[in-house]
Amino acid sequence: MKIILNNREEEFSGNCLSVDEIIKIKSFVFKMLVVRLNSKSVKKEEYSSTYVKEGDDLKIIHLVSGG
Amino acid sequence: MPTYNQIRAFLSQKTIGIAGAGGLGSNCAESLLRCGAGKLIVADYDRVSDSNLNRQFYFHDQIGEKKIEALRDNLLRINPFASLQMHFAKVSPENIALLYSTCDVVVEAFDEASEKLMFIEEMSLQLPLIPVVAASGLAGWGDIEKIRSIKSGNLIICGDGESEVSEDNPTLAPKVRIVSNIQADAVLEILLKELV
Repeated sequence: MKIILNNREEEFSGNCLSVDEIIKIKSFVFKMLVVRLNSKSVKKEEYSSTYVKEGDDLKIIHLVSGG
Repeated sequence: MPTYNQIRAFLSQKTIGIAGAGGLGSNCAESLLRCGAGKLIVADYDRVSDSNLNRQFYFHDQIGEKKIEALRDNLLRINPFASLQMHFAKVSPENIALLYSTCDVVVEAFDEASEKLMFIEEMSLQLPLIPVVAASGLAGWGDIEKIRSIKSGNLIICGDGESEVSEDNPTLAPKVRIVSNIQADAVLEILLKELV
């Protein structure tokens, strides 16, 4: 399936993956993540039960300290 | 395109929230006030220290002062008629709505990643209609081309998303001020949409 991940088109095998699986595939290892699926907030406890499909707009953004 | 006077008149009617008055918040506040922002609501619980002066909008003779008080003094020197609501408080899930519910847009300007996450999550829960402009990744120097803004609905996150502050990767004036000004510009983009 093709999705838009962080503004870029990316292809994954299979046609439905959980947010958790995508985080593992893309090795987002940081603890502090903001996840938005089609502009809707996805909380940490929902990563494994939220599924991403063809054409979805997914944002996975690291929050790092500094300001 | 509107003239500067039209922009200033329009922004003078707007309320902008800023969460944190450190490197991001103090510099963002300065730029927004210079553009004509009428009302700022700023919350911070820290005091000015010597180590802040490498990047924050404070001066040597303000060391020891509450940041919100020093910032108010500095901002009033730019515009003595600005309405500045300053709160000496740590932003938390309990007071976030009280502090920011009247804002047209809010800037996340914390240092700690955990505070950034708390703020973004609580804003989308408690005040979902208010746009949030956050920042992540602005430590060190160089690699400026990695800085970008990611938009998702009502949330914008500015920065490179990876350069984390540490003992050997400190935050320095140029990059912090670049990102804080990208945040200020994003605020203008959100507010001025109604004008153009």
